[in-house]
Amino acid sequence: MDGLISFWEALPELVRIMLKIVAIMLPLMITVAYYTYLERKVIGHMQVRMGPNRVGLFGFRLLGLGQPIADAVKLMFKEIVIPSGANKLLFLIAPMITIAPALAAWAVFPFDAELVLADINAGLLYILALTSLGVYGVIIAGWASNSKYALLGAMRSAAQIVAYEIAMGFALVGVLVAAGSLNLREIVMAQEGSLLHWYWLPLLPLFLIYFISGVAETNRAPFDVAEGESEIVAGFHVEYSGMTFAVFFLAEYANMILISALSALMFLGGWLSPFQGTPLESWFAWVPGILWLLLKTFIFMFLFLWFRATFPRYRYDQIMRLGWKVFIPITIVWIVVVGLMKVNQAPWWFN
Amino acid sequence: MSFEKFLFYLFAVLLLGAAVMVITRRNPVHSVLFLVLAFFNAAGLWMLAEAEFLAIALVLVYVGAVMVLFLFVVMMLDINVAELRAGFVRSAPVALVVAVIMAAELVVVLGPARFGLDSYAAPDRHPADYNNTAELGLALFTQHIYAFEIAAVILLVGIVAAISLTLRRRPETKYLDPASQVGVKAKDRLKIVKMDPEENA
Amino acid sequence: MQYDLISLQPVMPEIFMLGAACLVLVVDLFLTQRTRMWTYGLTLATLLGAIALTAWAAGPERQVLFDGSYVRDPVSDVLKIALLTITVFVMVYARDYLLQRGIYRGEFYTLALFASLGMMIMASAGNFLTVYLGLELLALSMYALVAFDRDSVKGSEAAMKYFVLGALASGLLLYGMSMLYGATGTLNLAAMSEVIAAGKAEETVLVFGLVFVVIGIAFKFGAVPFHMWVPDVYDGAPTAVTLFLGSAPKIAAFALAIRLLADGAGGLSAHWSDMLIILAVASLAIGNIVAIAQTNVKRMLAYSTISHVGFIFLGFVAADGRGYGAALFYTVVYALTAAGGFGLLTILSRKGVDAETLDDLKGLNDRSPWLAGMMLLILFSMAGVPPTVGFFAKLFVLDAVVQVDMVWLAIVAVFFSIIGAYYYLRAIKMMYFDKPIDDHPIVASVDSRVAMSVNGLAVLLLGIFPTALLQACRTAFGG
Repeated sequence: MDGLISFWEALPELVRIMLKIVAIMLPLMITVAYYTYLERKVIGHMQVRMGPNRVGLFGFRLLGLGQPIADAVKLMFKEIVIPSGANKLLFLIAPMITIAPALAAWAVFPFDAELVLADINAGLLYILALTSLGVYGVIIAGWASNSKYALLGAMRSAAQIVAYEIAMGFALVGVLVAAGSLNLREIVMAQEGSLLHWYWLPLLPLFLIYFISGVAETNRAPFDVAEGESEIVAGFHVEYSGMTFAVFFLAEYANMILISALSALMFLGGWLSPFQGTPLESWFAWVPGILWLLLKTFIFMFLFLWFRATFPRYRYDQIMRLGWKVFIPITIVWIVVVGLMKVNQAPWWFN
Repeated sequence: MSFEKFLFYLFAVLLLGAAVMVITRRNPVHSVLFLVLAFFNAAGLWMLAEAEFLAIALVLVYVGAVMVLFLFVVMMLDINVAELRAGFVRSAPVALVVAVIMAAELVVVLGPARFGLDSYAAPDRHPADYNNTAELGLALFTQHIYAFEIAAVILLVGIVAAISLTLRRRPETKYLDPASQVGVKAKDRLKIVKMDPEENA
Repeated sequence: MQYDLISLQPVMPEIFMLGAACLVLVVDLFLTQRTRMWTYGLTLATLLGAIALTAWAAGPERQVLFDGSYVRDPVSDVLKIALLTITVFVMVYARDYLLQRGIYRGEFYTLALFASLGMMIMASAGNFLTVYLGLELLALSMYALVAFDRDSVKGSEAAMKYFVLGALASGLLLYGMSMLYGATGTLNLAAMSEVIAAGKAEETVLVFGLVFVVIGIAFKFGAVPFHMWVPDVYDGAPTAVTLFLGSAPKIAAFALAIRLLADGAGGLSAHWSDMLIILAVASLAIGNIVAIAQTNVKRMLAYSTISHVGFIFLGFVAADGRGYGAALFYTVVYALTAAGGFGLLTILSRKGVDAETLDDLKGLNDRSPWLAGMMLLILFSMAGVPPTVGFFAKLFVLDAVVQVDMVWLAIVAVFFSIIGAYYYLRAIKMMYFDKPIDDHPIVASVDSRVAMSVNGLAVLLLGIFPTALLQACRTAFGG
């Protein structure tokens, strides 16, 4: 063990950072892969069918656990078709623009009180800025494809994302007013105490709005008009195939995981134990914080799937109305409420 | 050359290059995308100047929202670039002369002779725990509160102006009111008439 | 700094104005077209309330608030009361016009109130930020107002021109401000003037910045050669908006100039007064000569504005209390007269017909002797014929110029005024000696008739008794 540590210390700074990035990215990519599997399973069971159960590993069925790997291999070997008249450079860059922010946002994400790649003091702003960039991939993809369906999908998506971005930003303003910090680690520490200290309670409207906006931001059902397969085929990525399509797919799921993890961090106390402040606390002291975080994240990830299985798609004008006329006013009102609670040191969250 | 200096020149060169591309590209969508690149590099420069809040806000507000809408509009419009460029060659010589004179004046007036490190000492580096965002917030809400409030009023006027210029109520449009649809009772719509059965003749 | 009601007393007019403007905005939402008179009434009440509050907060001393962002001094008192009073006239005149055009919407009043707020902010600005933000508040409201009749192609085009050139001017102004900031290291105008007086700033940079600031001011005033937008915008905007645009904002432009040039860059007056001489002479020449060729009254009045701006700049050229006082007097008088002139045009307009050409003035005396009389006074005042107040305004400015030994400039000004008198007198001749082309009866509401009478008589009475206003203007600058 000591040898390992000294070997780690001896590595150049750059290599160490690279390794840390790999340590975050690799599990993330595996999670994404199995998230797609989970999605098919969960939705399958909700619709009283089995979901994928044929592709196994090493000759065993294993409930179809080999499916994501088979899918990945299939997509990798498919031809990338570039439509005639498409803007080739932008067409190929678009998927990368989509996935880059979804991955880069994890740089400031604290998995634990100490476990964070870059502990910067404007972490929340950084994440907000990066997540706002993902829309470029969608717009550029739609435009560069030289296809009407794709352009329509991109337009829908751009308007939708910008609208919900504002609601999302305002919800986060509420969080940072409550926590008094933009640093994600400090935001979690500010929720310390018990389950009732977590911000889901004092910021309940913001919590709901944040998560619903998150669903809209990631273009997931019931806000998936950007893809809307029954109306505009598959929206912005209708012309994409093979690996380029796979990258869009990865980005979408990586974004969903990011939104889930951020919701857990900002409203459900991150890595804090839910038994804090109760007699059970010492019983569960052995559980590492990161496990709680993953558990909470998983709740939200499951919600994404649940929504998709149960809600019909929103009509476009209804999406816009909900974003601009319902969510934004509510968030503004609640920011004022949070401000008042904070100034008056309302028990028991802010005193 | 220190790493910071290297970054500065990198961002600066990319910024200027992107800015030149913005005005020379034939395709307006490309121009907008280069403008986005220019904003990124400007944000990088601000980051180097320890203004991390402004840098991130630039990305968040301009790149993340304003330019998206801009791109949106540019993609929807069918801009005929050739038409816009028709006068370019004709006015280029005059423009060039004006530009050169302006640039020369700028260099003379704003050059290192007057704004060099001799006249303006480099500000001290802040320690790592210095919170630029908090400092900015304090300055905005104490020293510049009046200007801050006026800026808020300007935004309000922007909203009022935009709505008053574009909102049209169309009384002729017909649409359904789901609430009244649902609220209808059978007796409002359906009249049941009792009749004696007709006899077969 | 702790804020309480007492320490905020000087800024009360602005606070009241903002609160009331928001109130008007909200109240208007709940009104129908029939009850919309409430918006009008509330707007007038707001303006009158703001005048009262300004008078209540007024005093001879200089009060500085918000770390120097806000300055309340006699100059700001005079400016605010004048611009609010003129806005009251504008609102009264505008109502009939808006009703006839079917653009009687609450936003007109809200935007006008916000524009007035912007002007008030400029009037008592203490640093670059507030000057600029006040200017933008005014300009943004004005752009929207010019495009207010949104189905009119001419109006939209005018708004676009105004917007693009206005943005350019703001850019130049900001660029100049950034130079001055770079040279002096402060945004605060009072502190800047100290730095300049102490000779601690690099003069080349200062002058370089000053050029841009002066260009920005000239753009906003509409002085030659930065006047291109004025006739097009005056012509294209709905007359009710031209009326607003042509009157009160001139006082705001004066505030802009006095704050930036006198308060901030007073130490550089030797430089900027040379620039202003060029602008003034060019404005006097172009404004008066081109106005003769106009057949459209709105365009004619636009060029007349340009020539009057020349006179206002002449007052600045003197760069002393006497000159500023004279320029302030001239600006207030001009704004009042312009409100009356455009006000008459709105009265003469009726449903579907805009009174725009000089022909529409023909035979006004036969149609309504009283209105013709008022217009006569107003045109006399613009031409500078005694005993109307316009004569004294010109006289005081010329006096200030002569006092600083620039007799040639005074002669030039008089020369062009005489040329200018031609087109005012031509309009008067048309009103009194030509047969009316349009013999529809003039329909005007009681309040606009009353306002017109007050306006016309004020021009005459201020001419007979100019001392009170002059005293206010002069003492504001300690002269």
